[in-house]
Order: sequence, then C-alpha cells, then structure tokens
Amino acid sequence: MTWIPEAASNLAGKVDGVLLVITLISIFFFVLISAVLIYFAVKYRRRREDEETPYITGNETFEIIWTVIPSILLILLFVYGYVVYKDMRTPPKDAVDITVTGKQWLWTFDYYNGKKTLNELYVKQNVPVRMIMRADDVLHSFFIPQFRVKQDILPGRYTQLWFIPTKVGTFDIFCAEYCGTGHSAMLGKVIVLSPEAYDIWEKGIGMDDGAAVSSLPPAELGEKIYKQKGCNACHSLDGSVVIGPSFKGLFGRTGVLENGKSYTADENYLIASIYEPQEEIVEGFQPVMPSFKGILSENEVDAVIAFIKTLK
Amino acid sequence: MANHTVATNVYVPFLEQKGFLSWFLTTDHKRIGILYLISISLFFLIAGVLALLMRFELMTPMSDFVSPHTYNVLFTLHGSLMVFFFIVPGLAASFGNFLIPLMIGAPDVAFPKLNLASYWIYIVGAIITLIALLSPADTGWTFYTPYSATTDTDVVMITFGVFVLGFSSILTGMNFIVTIHKMRAPGMTWHRLPLFIWASYATAVLQLLATPVVGITLLMLIAERSLGVGFFDPAKGGDPVLFQNFFWFYSHPAVYIMIIPAMGVISEIIPVFARKPIFGYKAIAYSSLGIAFISFLVWAHHMFTSGISEVAATIFSFLTFLVAIPTAIKVFNWTATLYKGSIELHSAMLYALGFIFLFTIGGLTGVFLGALAVDIHLHDTYFVVAHMHYVMIGGTVMGFFGALHFWYPKWFGKMFNESVAKLAWFLVFVGFNITFFPQFFLGIQGMPRRYATYPEEFESLMALSTYGSWILGLGVLIMTVNLIKGLFSDEKAPQNPYGSLSLEWQVPSPPPTLNFDKIPIVTDWTYGYGKKKEVDA
Repeated sequence: MTWIPEAASNLAGKVDGVLLVITLISIFFFVLISAVLIYFAVKYRRRREDEETPYITGNETFEIIWTVIPSILLILLFVYGYVVYKDMRTPPKDAVDITVTGKQWLWTFDYYNGKKTLNELYVKQNVPVRMIMRADDVLHSFFIPQFRVKQDILPGRYTQLWFIPTKVGTFDIFCAEYCGTGHSAMLGKVIVLSPEAYDIWEKGIGMDDGAAVSSLPPAELGEKIYKQKGCNACHSLDGSVVIGPSFKGLFGRTGVLENGKSYTADENYLIASIYEPQEEIVEGFQPVMPSFKGILSENEVDAVIAFIKTLK
Repeated sequence: MANHTVATNVYVPFLEQKGFLSWFLTTDHKRIGILYLISISLFFLIAGVLALLMRFELMTPMSDFVSPHTYNVLFTLHGSLMVFFFIVPGLAASFGNFLIPLMIGAPDVAFPKLNLASYWIYIVGAIITLIALLSPADTGWTFYTPYSATTDTDVVMITFGVFVLGFSSILTGMNFIVTIHKMRAPGMTWHRLPLFIWASYATAVLQLLATPVVGITLLMLIAERSLGVGFFDPAKGGDPVLFQNFFWFYSHPAVYIMIIPAMGVISEIIPVFARKPIFGYKAIAYSSLGIAFISFLVWAHHMFTSGISEVAATIFSFLTFLVAIPTAIKVFNWTATLYKGSIELHSAMLYALGFIFLFTIGGLTGVFLGALAVDIHLHDTYFVVAHMHYVMIGGTVMGFFGALHFWYPKWFGKMFNESVAKLAWFLVFVGFNITFFPQFFLGIQGMPRRYATYPEEFESLMALSTYGSWILGLGVLIMTVNLIKGLFSDEKAPQNPYGSLSLEWQVPSPPPTLNFDKIPIVTDWTYGYGKKKEVDA
C-alpha cells in the first residue's frame, strides 16, 4: 500500500501534485519547529535554580521574516490549489453525460444510451465523463478515491463532477456524506472498460438481460447478484445483524412482523420482500430497504432465492 | 510585577465554607469555576468512553460489537458532548472564571450573579440533553439537514439542550468582556495584561457574536422538524445547504472559541518555566484578535464539496490561508521564548511543549484542507478526523491538561504527584499520536469518516488507531486519578511554587474569597523575567 492511492484519472496526477508540494512544505516546517523546540529544551534545560536568563522581549527582524515567508508560501499554495480546482470544475464539451441518483443506500446510474445500472458504474477508458447527480432523500456524496473526485449530492438540485478514467480496472465508489444507518454500506464500484470491452457491454449485457451470466447455475448467479447489487450491505451471510436480517438460515424461517402477524420465509415471502420491502417488516428492523422492482428481473430474483436456500 | 501589600486581615481560603448552599448559591468566580471544571470534566470522561467504544468497534471491518445504528449514535453523542458540553465552555468557563479576576487584580467578575446564572443555564441545557438520550439522535454533531429533519431519532430534544446551553455561553462572554474592560487593577494597562486575558477577551467576543447564530439555526431546525416549515426542504422551496451555511457561521468561530483560550494557557506556562519574557507579546496578543476576526469569514471551507459556487469556494479558500498566518506567528513566538531560557520540564510545561508539537501538525494539515484541489479528495475522510483531533486534543485538551497541572496548586492549595503526572503525560502524548497519526494515511487512502463498517484494506491502520486509543485512555485515567488523589494529600501548596510574576501567584494558595486584601497597584507587565540590560531598564 503506497501512501497515495493509485492515480486512475486525468485529475488524480494534478491533485497529487498539490498534495505532494504541501506535504513537503509541511514536513519542512514541522521538522524545523520540532528540531528547534527539542534543541532549546535540551540545551537550555535548568541546571541550577539561580540561573540567569536574558531579558529578550522580541526581535523585529525575525518577526517580519516569519510573517512574510509563510504568507508568501501560503498564497502560492492557495493559487496552486485553485488552478487545479478550476480544472476539476470545468468539464470538456465532449464529455459523456451519466446521471447518478443517490438514495438511502444505493447508487443508480442512467446512461445516455438508455441503460440503467445499480451500484456499478461502467465507463470507457480515456473518454471524459460528466456525472449529473441528484439525491432522492438526504445528502450523499459521490467519492472515487482513485480518481480524486468528490461531490455532495443534494435533493432538489443537480450537482456535477467530471473525470477521464485513464486505467482499466475496478475502483471503489464511497458515499462520503453521512446519510443514516446504512451510510457505510452505500458502496459502489466504477468499472473502467477498454473501448472494445465497453462496446461489448454497451451492446449486450444490461440490467434486464444478463446474457453473459445467465449461463451460471442459479445459486451461483444469485451469489453474484448478492454482491453486485449491494444486498451484502445490509444482509450478512454469517448470522450477524447488520441492517436487515441475515440470509443465513433465512429460508423457511418463521417469526413475527412489526404488525404482529407471523411469517414464514418461503419463495412467495422472499419475492414479496424484494419487490415490496415496505409491506412486511420483520419485528425489530427498520423499514429502510428500497424496492428492487425494475432493478432485478424475475429470473434474477429466482437466482437470489436459490442462493438464499443454500445458506443453511 | 505588583506592589502587593502583605495580608493584614485574617486569611480565609475560598474553599473554607462547606455545605450544599455554599456551592449552589455561590457567586464566587473561583467556586463557579470549580463547578464548571467538575461538569466539563465529567462530560469529557463520558464522551471519552464513548470514543473508546467507537474505536473498539472499528478494530475490525465488520459490525461485530455494536450495530451500525448504535455506532452512528455513538459518534453523534461523542461529538455533541465533547463539542457543546466540554470543549466550547471548557477552558473559558472553568479557568477563565478562576483566573480572569485574579489575573487582572479584581475581587470578582463584573456580574457575579449572572455568572452563577450562566452555570445553572449550562446545567439545564445538560439535563435536557441527557433526557434526549432516551432516544439518542443519530445525525452526527453537525445535525445536517435533510437527514436531521427526517430521522426517527429525537433530534429536537438534543438541539434544544444545545440551544439552552448557548445562553450560558453568551452571558459568560458578555460578563468577561465587561470584567476585562472595567475591572482591571490600577496600572494594569492593556499591554501589561497576561496573554491568557487577551485570549479570553477574543474568545468572549466570539461567544457573544457567534453563539446567537447557532441558536437561531437550531431553532430553525426544531421548527423544521416539529412544524414542517421547510427552510431546508427543497420540496417546499427550501435549501439543505442553507443549514450548513448557518451552522458553520457559528461552528467555525466556535473552533476558535475552543482553541484560543488554550493558546492563552500556553503563553502563560512557557515564560514561567523558561524564566524568559514571552517573545513578541504584542504579536501574540493581536494575533488572537486577528484570528477571532478572520474566523468569522472562513466558514464555507467546511463546504467546498457541498455544492457552493466556485467563486465562493475560491474566496473562502483564500481567507482560510490567511488565518494560518497569525497561527504560525504564535507557534514561532512560543518557540523563540525558549531561547536562552532556564527551562524546567514540569508536567505543565510538558503539556505546553506537547501542545506546540501537536498543534503544529494540526495547523499544517489544515493547510492541506484549505487548498481547494486537495480538499476535494480529503474532505469527509479520516484525514479531517485526524486534523480536527490534532487541533482539538493536540491543541485544546493539551492546553486544558497543562492548565490543570499549572494552576492546580493555586486553585486547590494542594500538590499532586509530579512523577505520576509526567508518566501520564507520556502515555497521553504517545497514545494520542498512535491513535490519530495513522488516520491521516487512512484519509489520504480514501477512507470516509462516519463509517460503521469499512473495506478490509483499511483494517491494519484502523486496528493500530484502536490500540493507540487504549494507551491514550490509560494516560487520561492515570492523570485523573493522580489529580483527584492530590486533593486528599496533606501536602500544602506554597503561594508561588514556580516563581511566576503574574498576580494570581501573589495571593495565598488557595486564594481568599475576595482575592486581594487590597486592590494591587500594577507597575510592570506580567512577563518581566530575566535580567534586564541597562538600556531596557
């Protein structure tokens, strides 16, 4: 692990430049002050009770020097930070627009080509992207550390950011503005594809027709969906309670709902819980799960249920 | 130096009178100071335990000790109690109360009854907040809308508690301003004042001018929640970012309400233990006022990613860099004061030197966050958490601990065990750095703050931070026990154990109820240590 995360966008190198300059200046001043402090504390430590000390109340030359030099440095750092910031705020005209919606605790992405993805953002290497962002409920913040971009997302207003992904790979998307119980589970991935791979993705594999993965056995497909679509943010596999009930031993479980009725976790109960999660809340849990209608197809829900059945 | 007449009256220490009412209805600034000291210390210890619980949960990536909701409640309470109940009243209310009249040669503050009222208002605010713990809020101490307007937890009660508390702060600020203006002893001119007084003055101005804004903001939030007014709700034509503007308009100056008194403490401790006049008195005094003034104009640097305009971001970034200048001047001046001194590494002095060391890190990392491009990456990550704690613990709490050890003999007339105090300092200093230094790296790596669970790649640094918190906790525990034990020791403190020239050391320990038998006449500044050359005399 290096001290700065991998630089995977056109902006990252520029931000790192400012970060590095400030770090070096800070280390210089910190070492200077610490060294002087320790040197004085050792050299002038009290050896006898009756030591004489000089009556020095100030020194104009020194005071001017240590006012003026930091002031100049600080103004230069301000300008450097500003120049890069200006770049970060100015998307090129040919940028591709992708709409981001943040809601507790999911990311949805709508593409110019009509595609829609959940928690996974697909972008093409070396093509500038402009994210047009809004929130459905409370504040969120769209943050990709490897790209050095971050922007809060607000209800009732659009905010934006842009970047050119320069490296093929998968990188974390974090929600950086506290948004409630599932805040730390509001994670996504940005998947940077080479132009060829992107074209394949664009033509084929969308939300609704999981052609490339449909050849998997249902339980394996379900496990994949469990991770990709963010189920794992709230539902553990080991019996521990995160936000929702654990999937471990869920199938066939009986219990009591918030409204006092009892339930048995069979196929019908599970599909209803995925499509209409607010209808039946298990006692002791909050009604916080969003509906996956339009996000997971019926085949995909079947796969998830098949996966749950394997978790004894 | 003061020409102080030897006591002719019978000396009755202010702690002499016993009984509940002698505390409940006291108007003695020294007793009110003790009431504040006990209250804020309790809140500090409670909020500190909450922090240890949080760090314990964060030792591993998953939620295995508390649920995410409980974790969110923990950091909300830790932040709210530390900020509003410990560190904002903090040094100003406890040591400010004890020291201001003594240092300026006055028998008490200008409005002793109002002073008592301020304390009880603080307690009422605290009780309301404790009631709020029945359904503790999970908003974070910043109460950002719209989340705070929509969460099911009890936000109204806790914000109302903080609202009530605000009046305590405002009244104390006003009381101190009047006291410093009108009650200085003859000869105690502005340029002879101890720097702690200058710092208290700057703090009091901030309390008086900034606190009403947070009061209004919290009332608006209460109205938003209970009446559905829609100040901050875009569906009703409101603006969620408006809340942040209001909130930081107070809470940024509040950062300086927290830190400036600690800077004042450092300016008192260093000259005494170096036996040197403070270097650059006027620069330190006026930089307190300079910081206070600029602090009103930098609030939006908390909001560079919030969706404010680029023009606003640019202006606030520039002003933020300006506030670094008076801060740097102070650090240089304290360091220069040590030059050719006769330095005694008393526990109070160790805390003061620790302050310079840690506060320098806190200040320098503030430069990272002031620079627009870098802040975009670091905002709302652990870098901010680390920076904030380097300023607040490395700065204010170090100053608070330093003040405790420095004025302890004067305030209570007793001595604590100095060797144990040094050991505690070492544990606090080392533990603090192990806890918070790794967090700078976590932040640069991209670890967001307020995460109940986190990706596995951060585990080793997070665990290291947790181990550090245990050392820090142990240090604070040893320090607390040592100071409490000292109260019951038989060892009486001398009047002036360190040879200080400041007025509070020229009265017996503990001071008599009316401080001075006769109002002292001041003939020199507070920092006349060392051998004057002929030309200076």
